[in-house]
Amino acid sequence: MAHSYTPGLTVTEQATIRRRRLLSLPGTVLVTAGERVRANQPVARAELPGKVYPLNLANQLGVAPDEIDEYLIKKAGDPVTKDEVLAENKPLIKWFKTEVLSPITGVVESLSTVTGQVLLREPPRVLELLGYVDGLIVEVIPQQGVVVETDCSLVQGIFGIGGETRGEIVIAVTSPDEVLTPRHLTPAMKGKIVVGGSFISSEALTRAKEVGVAGLVIGGIHDKDLRALLGYDLGVAITGTEQVGFTLILTEGFGTIPMAGKTFSLLSAHAGQQASISGATQIRAGVIRPEIIIPKGTSGMQAVAAVAEREGIRIGDQVRVIRDPLFGKIGEVASLPSDLQKIPTESDVRVMEVLFPDGSRAMIPRTNIELIEGI
Amino acid sequence: MTVPNPAPKSVIPHPLNVIVATDCGSTTTKAILIEKVGDEYRQTYRGEAPTTVEAPFEDVTRGVLNAIAEIEELSGRKILDGDTIITPCRDAKTGVDIYISTSSAGGGLQMMVTGVVQNMTGESAQRAALGAGAIVIDVLASNDGRLPHEKIERIRTMRPDMILMSGGTDGGAVTHVVEMAEYIAAADPRPRFGATYKLPLVYAGNKDAQPQVKKILGEKTALVLTDNIRPVLERENLAPARNKIHDLFLEHVMQQAPGYKKLIEMAGAPIMPTPAAVGVIMETIAKREHLNLIGVDIGGATTDVFSVFEGLFNRTVSANLGMSYSISNVLAEAGLANIMRWVPFTIDEQTLRNRIKNKMVRPTTIPQTLDELQIEHAIAREALRLALIHHKSLATALKGIQQERTISDVFEQQQSGKTLIDMLKLDLIVGSGGILSHAPRRIQSMLMMVDAYEPLGVTRLSVDSIFMMPHLGVLSAIDEKAATDVFVRDCMVYLGTCVAPIGQGKDGERCADYAITFPDGRIDKGQLSFGDLRLVPLASDQKASIAIQPAKQVNLEAGAGVAVTREVQGGVVGLLLDGRGRPLQLPTDHDARVASLKKWYQAVGLYPGSDV
Repeated sequence: MAHSYTPGLTVTEQATIRRRRLLSLPGTVLVTAGERVRANQPVARAELPGKVYPLNLANQLGVAPDEIDEYLIKKAGDPVTKDEVLAENKPLIKWFKTEVLSPITGVVESLSTVTGQVLLREPPRVLELLGYVDGLIVEVIPQQGVVVETDCSLVQGIFGIGGETRGEIVIAVTSPDEVLTPRHLTPAMKGKIVVGGSFISSEALTRAKEVGVAGLVIGGIHDKDLRALLGYDLGVAITGTEQVGFTLILTEGFGTIPMAGKTFSLLSAHAGQQASISGATQIRAGVIRPEIIIPKGTSGMQAVAAVAEREGIRIGDQVRVIRDPLFGKIGEVASLPSDLQKIPTESDVRVMEVLFPDGSRAMIPRTNIELIEGI
Repeated sequence: MTVPNPAPKSVIPHPLNVIVATDCGSTTTKAILIEKVGDEYRQTYRGEAPTTVEAPFEDVTRGVLNAIAEIEELSGRKILDGDTIITPCRDAKTGVDIYISTSSAGGGLQMMVTGVVQNMTGESAQRAALGAGAIVIDVLASNDGRLPHEKIERIRTMRPDMILMSGGTDGGAVTHVVEMAEYIAAADPRPRFGATYKLPLVYAGNKDAQPQVKKILGEKTALVLTDNIRPVLERENLAPARNKIHDLFLEHVMQQAPGYKKLIEMAGAPIMPTPAAVGVIMETIAKREHLNLIGVDIGGATTDVFSVFEGLFNRTVSANLGMSYSISNVLAEAGLANIMRWVPFTIDEQTLRNRIKNKMVRPTTIPQTLDELQIEHAIAREALRLALIHHKSLATALKGIQQERTISDVFEQQQSGKTLIDMLKLDLIVGSGGILSHAPRRIQSMLMMVDAYEPLGVTRLSVDSIFMMPHLGVLSAIDEKAATDVFVRDCMVYLGTCVAPIGQGKDGERCADYAITFPDGRIDKGQLSFGDLRLVPLASDQKASIAIQPAKQVNLEAGAGVAVTREVQGGVVGLLLDGRGRPLQLPTDHDARVASLKKWYQAVGLYPGSDV
């Protein structure tokens, strides 16, 4: 029964990670395997097909759909500019002439003699995919993207908003249980990744936006402040495309929760270094957690250490309680009773005994415990 | 509307005496062991483990093996040999005869459907997809009010697992269907999983448009043509489209999700989408007992509602109403006040909001304190309520068809497409899903469903004992006897019967007089006042007769003030006499509401400390 536990978030000084960088549609890969890339370097490019505008020529000309061929000025594949004549009728009296003009600049994509419809497409938009992290291209997936590998320090958060960005790490507070207030945020933090402590208030969020920080890494936030920041109540945790001015990463959860000591000291040790961060979170299939990646520079790459598969939870493992009443507390596994135990709700569940730093102990349902992973 | 189609029967070469079945849910993978004991099949052990579609595992079979490993530990039977399941049985303590599974992990089957007229073919397509166990992410129709380029943009940005196209009656105009095919071709939609494979598309519209659709979409999608779901305006023919959806789900979609290829190889019968399997069970219950029922499966991400009224089966899925992944969305949709109205204590808004969000980001946690349990039960009531509203809006008679009117209908301006859900004709409510199946006290499940659905008159309630309906749904496709045995003996737990007079009055006023005659001849007479909630013990195997004389403004299925005598069935909870009035209105004043909730919860012994 070692299997009932929640895989935890990784907080580790040393990891070799790979990130798949894939275009959303086929395109061109700009780099080759074995090449070193920078986080802000384009690695692949695609042309996003332009918007499609259907136009019913048959209706506009007042002819049957299968006759539209006769009235066309432009054929499928022809380029058109806005207000250029696409089709026209040929009346005996010139006054009755009807011209159908193109509403956009683009190309005539297709014509249908069943519906009398012409499809016009705007010119494509170029999408560039960046490397995201400084690292080595270890795999090229033709037309789709690449796999970048990097030796780094890695911190996973529990929830975030906003997309990928990068910047220098700056520690704004002195301890993991300190609240990040507006006075901590100075103009010098513009474009940087600011690490706070246990909580950020709505005033400090506003201030962060004014300052123009690139990212914020915080223990907790109130749901109501998140709602105010986003402008709506987040129903399902699928994020990454929000545009609130910065990327926000919560390391612990909602409320005022001191950042785990290990997370705070790791980030503090890398103050002044460049980091790549992403707020994208998807708590469903193929879970994605927000992350802070601090590449180790350009020293020789090591072989990818196989991620040791955990055998389950063990006595002595560091764990975090992830549900009230002891939410956010960190301790270590003291014992793992195998029998089911009745908890105050009267449910019979598997529990574990957790020893906290103050010497106190508590029985907690195993599902309400998260391993703190990473070495 | 037709009944759901069970998966095609597989031919199993050896006798089935030991069966292991799993359901890979969005949060947990639940495994059960079924063994033949004497002449009958019984569910003997269960195990569960977190679903492992997610990183770091990204292989659904890990969770399956972990859940089965729990069964191994509990039962002492050796089922696994490394990463393989030992089949068939080698001896009394080694192996199983078959492994079967259902799955809703990975977000289930997400479909986009298209029709010509939104509330005609659009709705028929939606019903076909829902009946096949899908989540419908959008319904596009020629008259849905969106501009053509908006439709194309929408198709392009959504990444469905599959598209179902319908539209037009056979022999009717083809233009609109072809137009929609052109939009889809222009959008060139990409599937959610796997960038390189073609998106499966089922065409079930006007058969005359098949050649054109084939020409337009044949190259761009994995196109499958099937019979029209609305061959004539007056009739739906959903079965062929549903079957095709099911086939494509197995052939294409599941092949792409992490680990599913392995899962399909492990299983001895086709994997069914969880809702399709639950649908099979619900439909079987209704048919076997000739009753009208509403079934609900409330999960972590979604809530499925099934109904069978007068033999017509319907299913809807509320994709973002659930108790873990989607819990925050229940708050967003229901509003804080609606959730708080069920909580019998005071809690500040900020704390509650933070707690709900914390559950959303850590969906596998369980309530550890009584307060937390009560909050989850409050949220569940709202999720159940909202999902039924959604179901009522889709489980309707066909819209847009001509109705014959007689002179008596002249003053009744009733439109076509009336909802089929008639709470007065409802015989049975069946609850399933973690929060209902695993509620520490069965009365909690019963009251959650009564509060959310507000059954009228006399209604029986039951619950899936430990959440095994999906397993039995897929089992019924290969061995009906085994599925029926386990269903009757181990799965279905009858909670009891709710008697709820319709009408309202002041607290303490007479609602109805009742006389219950028990099987031993004992008679319990009493008065039910407005604001009363009363629980009368009546065991599962017992029936009693209840004679009710409602007050003159109160109705009990037969009209205002008309006396009614009914036979009622007991259950593990008993007979619930609900004098709280219908529609159920809670006091608006906070203190009065908390007092009422406490009184009711106390009256039925809902939580520890409130035992009767």
